[in-house]
Amino acid sequence: MQKDTKPLLSVRNLKTRFFQDEGTTKAVDGVSFDVQPGKTLGIVGESGCGKSVTAQSILRIVDQPGRIVEGEILLARKDGTETDLVKLKADGREIRSIRGGEIGLIFQEPMTSFSPVHTVGAQLIEAVMLHNDVGRKEARRRGIEALRSVGIPKPERRIDEYSFELSGGLRQRAMIAVALSCDPRLLIADEPTTALDVTTQAQILDLLRRIQQERGMAIMLITHNLGVVAEMADDVVVMYLGRVVEQGKVDDIFHDAKHPYTRALLQSIPSIESRPRVKLPTISGSVPHPFNRPTGCPFHPRCESFMPGRCDTAEPPLLPVGDGRRASCFLYQ
Amino acid sequence: MAALAEIAAAPETRSLAEQRIAVATQWQLMWWRFRKHKLAVGGTLVLVAFYLVALFADFFAYADPQDSDAQRSLMAPQSIHWFDDGRFAPYIHALKGTRDPLTFKRVYVPDTATKLPIRFLAKGEPYTLLGFIPMERHLFSVEGAKTGETLFLMGTDAQGRDLWSRLMFATRTSMTIGLVSVGLSLVLGVVLGGISGYFGGVIDTVIQRIIEILRSIPTIPLWMGLAAAVPNDWSVVQIYFAITIIISLIGWTELARVVRGRFISLKQEDFVMAAELVGCSKMRIIFRHMVPSFISHIIAATTLAIPAIIISETSLSFLGLGLRPPAISWGVLLQDAQNIQALVISPWLLYPSVAVIVAVLAFNFMGDGIRDAADPYL
Amino acid sequence: MIAYVVRRMLLAVLTVWAISVLSFIIIHLPPGDYVTSYIASMSASGSAVSEGEATALREQLGLDKPITVQYAKWMGLILQGNFGMAMEWGRPVSDVIGDRLALTMVISVAAVLFTWALALPIGIYSAVYKYSFLDYVFTFVGFIGLAIPGFLLALIVMYVGFAYFGANVGGLFSPDFAEAPWSVAKAWDLAKHLPIPAIVLGVAGTAQLIRIMRSNLLDELRKPYVMTARARGLPEFRVVLRYPVRVALNPFISTIGYLLPYIVSGSIIVSLVLSLPTVGPLLLKALVAQDMFLAGTIVLLLGVMTVVGTFISDLLLMWVDPRIRLGKD
Repeated sequence: MQKDTKPLLSVRNLKTRFFQDEGTTKAVDGVSFDVQPGKTLGIVGESGCGKSVTAQSILRIVDQPGRIVEGEILLARKDGTETDLVKLKADGREIRSIRGGEIGLIFQEPMTSFSPVHTVGAQLIEAVMLHNDVGRKEARRRGIEALRSVGIPKPERRIDEYSFELSGGLRQRAMIAVALSCDPRLLIADEPTTALDVTTQAQILDLLRRIQQERGMAIMLITHNLGVVAEMADDVVVMYLGRVVEQGKVDDIFHDAKHPYTRALLQSIPSIESRPRVKLPTISGSVPHPFNRPTGCPFHPRCESFMPGRCDTAEPPLLPVGDGRRASCFLYQ
Repeated sequence: MAALAEIAAAPETRSLAEQRIAVATQWQLMWWRFRKHKLAVGGTLVLVAFYLVALFADFFAYADPQDSDAQRSLMAPQSIHWFDDGRFAPYIHALKGTRDPLTFKRVYVPDTATKLPIRFLAKGEPYTLLGFIPMERHLFSVEGAKTGETLFLMGTDAQGRDLWSRLMFATRTSMTIGLVSVGLSLVLGVVLGGISGYFGGVIDTVIQRIIEILRSIPTIPLWMGLAAAVPNDWSVVQIYFAITIIISLIGWTELARVVRGRFISLKQEDFVMAAELVGCSKMRIIFRHMVPSFISHIIAATTLAIPAIIISETSLSFLGLGLRPPAISWGVLLQDAQNIQALVISPWLLYPSVAVIVAVLAFNFMGDGIRDAADPYL
Repeated sequence: MIAYVVRRMLLAVLTVWAISVLSFIIIHLPPGDYVTSYIASMSASGSAVSEGEATALREQLGLDKPITVQYAKWMGLILQGNFGMAMEWGRPVSDVIGDRLALTMVISVAAVLFTWALALPIGIYSAVYKYSFLDYVFTFVGFIGLAIPGFLLALIVMYVGFAYFGANVGGLFSPDFAEAPWSVAKAWDLAKHLPIPAIVLGVAGTAQLIRIMRSNLLDELRKPYVMTARARGLPEFRVVLRYPVRVALNPFISTIGYLLPYIVSGSIIVSLVLSLPTVGPLLLKALVAQDMFLAGTIVLLLGVMTVVGTFISDLLLMWVDPRIRLGKD
C-alpha cells in the first residue's frame, strides 16, 4: 500500500458478530485494510468469508442479529476531517447522509435490488432529492442524466419503467446510476457482475472503469472471481473465514502470492496454458461451518504448509512480507 | 431429506479426516425447533388433556348427562368447602328443598348440617370405559350419595341436568367431530390440490375455478341450507356424520390451495427434474420425492384447519341446525345460553364457551408451532 | 390489463350463476316443500289442511312442476327484477328483504373497514419490532380474537352490557328510529350503533389479517431491495413504509376478497344474537319454513354481493400492483 497518500477509507480491526440462538458467528474477525482515493480495491474470497458483511458494516446496514463489536472505520470527509463510522448513531442523520451521498453501494442481484412495485425513476429521484437540495423537476432531470451517463439508451423513457421491464444488463446499469446519482467518492460494488453473462459483465466493468476515470472515484470491488480482480483492481485483499489472509498490489498477489490459500486459489484456476489431461488442483476439504471454527489459523486444516504445533495453536497476525504487502501466516514470522 | 447439522462441540483440532459430522433427520430438527416454542408445547399439552377427557368422558363425569329432573333446574354451581376442621377434605353441603316464601317456587338451599365429602376415585354410577370395560369409579364423586344429594360442580341446566357431566360428554363429541371432518377435508384437499398443482393445464384451471367459486360463497348460508336439509328423523349418529360431511365439503378448499401451491413450486425444483431424468415414474416422484418435502406444511395446515371446524360445528349447533338433542356438544350446550335474560340469572350456562375458546387457542398455538418448526426459512 | 379485467368479470358472472344454482338446490334439498311445512305448522296450531287444498296451493305456487322448470321460472323472474313472493309473509320478497339486505352490507363493510384500520398498523408494527413486548401482546390478543367465535363474543358483549350496565346493546337503531323513514338523523343513529356489531364481527378477521400482514412483511423485510433503500440513506421508517409495506400490501389486498364472504357469513349468526335487523334472522326462519323464494333470494343476493366485493378487491389489487397491470406473469 502506498503510504504517501492519505487513504479515503481506513478499516481497522473490524469485528462483526451475529448473535443467534444456535451460537455466535464471527462473520468479520479483525479485518483491516485501506482504500486509496481514485483507486480500486478488490476484496476476494469464497462465499461466506465475510466480504459482504464487511461492506454492510462500513455502511452500518448489517442485518439483525448482527452487530459491530469492535474496530474503527475511518472515512476521510470532503472537508478534510475524519469520521469513525462505527461511532455514528445507527440510524442517525450523519450516517444517512454518508450512505448514498459519499459512499454508494451496488448489489449482486439487480432484479431484487429494485422494489418491484416502484418505477426505477421513483427510486432514482428519491435518492437525488435526499442528498441534494433540489425540487422534483430538477431531480428528474438529473436522474435522466444519470441514466444516460451509464449508457442506458432513451433514458427519458426508461426512467418511468419498472425494474422487471429492463434486461439484466440495463438493470445493473440503472443500479449503478442510482448509486452514482449523488456523486459519491467511494463506490462499494458487491459482486456486481456475478449474475450477468460474460459479455454484459465486460460492458459493466468497462463502465465502472470509465466512471472511475471521469470522476476520480474509488471503488471497493467485492467478488469471488479472480479474473475480475485481475482486470480491475489496483490493490487486493484476500479474505478467509472473516479474516484477511493476504493483501498487496494486484501484480504482486497474482505473480507472487505469499499465503498458501492465495497460492492454492490461483493454482485452481483453469488456464489455457496448462498441460492437457492433468487433474485440476483443488483445495482439499471444505469451508468449515461457522459454528465450528478451527482453533488457531482458520485455514490450517486445508493447508499444504501446515506446521503442527504452531498453526493449530495460535492465530497468525498480519505480518509484513514485502513492500507494502502483508500476509497472515506463520511461514513469515 | 436429511439435513446436515454440525453440532458445535469444543473446537475441533483434529485433521481433516477425523472431523466428526453429526446428522439429524428432518423430523428431529423439527422437533427441536418445536420444543423451543413454549406456547406450542403448552397448547399440545392442553389438547392431550382434552382428548383424554374425550376418550374417558365417563370417568371424568360423575352423573348421567341425560338424567333430568325438572325440580333441580337451573341450580347454581355448588360452592366447595376445601377444608374440614383444618384438614384438606373437600366437601359440599347437601341441598335441602324448601319453598321460597315469596314466589312459592321450590328452591334449594345448602343444608349446613350435612356434609357430603368429595372423594377422588370414588364409586358412582356404573359405566363402561371405552365401551367394554365395566367400571364404577369416577375421577371424583360424592360417595354414598342418596338421590337428591349429588354434586353439581357447574350447576344444572334448564332441565336439571348436571352441567359438568354434560360438558365432559360434549367435549367428546366436539373434539372428535373436528378430527373426522378434517380427515375428509384433508383427503379431498390433497387429492384435488395435488392433481391441480401437478398436472396443471386445463384440469388446474377447472379445479381452481371451482375452488374460487366455493370460496366466494358465504359459508354460513350454505351450511344453514345444507344443515336444514338434514331430515329431523335421522338418528343422532347419522346427523353427526351428515354435519361432518357438510362442514368438510367447504373446508377442503383451503387445504387444496396449500397443496397446489406446494406442488407448483416443487415442480420446478431441480431435484424433481433430476428424478425424472433418472427415470422415476410419476407416482414415485410424487410420493417419494415431492410429498415428503411438504408433508410438514400439510400437517401444519391441517392442524390449523381444525379450530375453524370446531367453531363451525359449535355455531351450527348453537343455531339449532347442527347437532340436536339428545346429542351433546358444546354448541348444543350453548344453545341454552341464547336468551340474554336467562343468561343473566344463570351465568353458568356460558361456561362451556371456555372449553371452546381454550380448545381453539390450543389448536392454534400447536398449529403455529408446527408451521414455524417446519418452515426452514425462519 | 384489459384481459385481466375481462377474465375476472367472466369469472364473477360464472360464480353468480353457480351460486344461483347452488342456492336453488339447497332450498329444495329438505324433503317436502313449503306446503308440507305449512301443513305442519297449521296442524300444530290445530287446523287441518285437506288434500284438495294442498294440491291447489301447490299448483298456485308452481310447486308441482319438475325442478328444472321451477329453476328456469325463478331465474326468469329474477332477471326481470321480480323476486317473487315470500310465501310465509304473503308479501313480495323485495318488500320483506328491503332495508335488511342493505343493512347487512353496511355492517359488513363497516366491519371490513374496522378490520383493515386495525390490522394494518398492528401487523406492520409486529413485523418491524418482532419479538418485542408489544408484539407478544398483540399476538396473544390476536389469538384470543381468533379463538372466540363471533356469536360467542356477541353473547359475552350482550351479557356484560345487560348484567353490568342494564343496557340492551343489541339492535342497530334506537327505538324511535327503528321504523322511521330514512333521514340524516336516522343515519347518524345507525352510525352510533355501528361500532359494537362492527367490532364483534371484525375481531376474528382482524386477528387473521394481522398474522398475514406480519408474516408477509417479515418475508419482504429480508429482501435485498430493503437493504438497497437503506444504503441510499433513507430514514428507517420511510425504508419500511415506502417499500416492503407496499409490496406486502398486495397479498393483503387479495385477502380482502375473501374477507367479505367471511364477514357476511359471520354477520348472520351475530345478528341473531344481537338482534340486528339484518338478513340473518330472516334467512333462518325462511330456511326452516322452506320459503323458497325468500330463502333462495337471500342466499343469491348475499352471494352476488360478495362476488361484487371480491371483484372490486381484484380491481384494487390490479391498481396497486404494477406487475399485474403490465401483464407480467
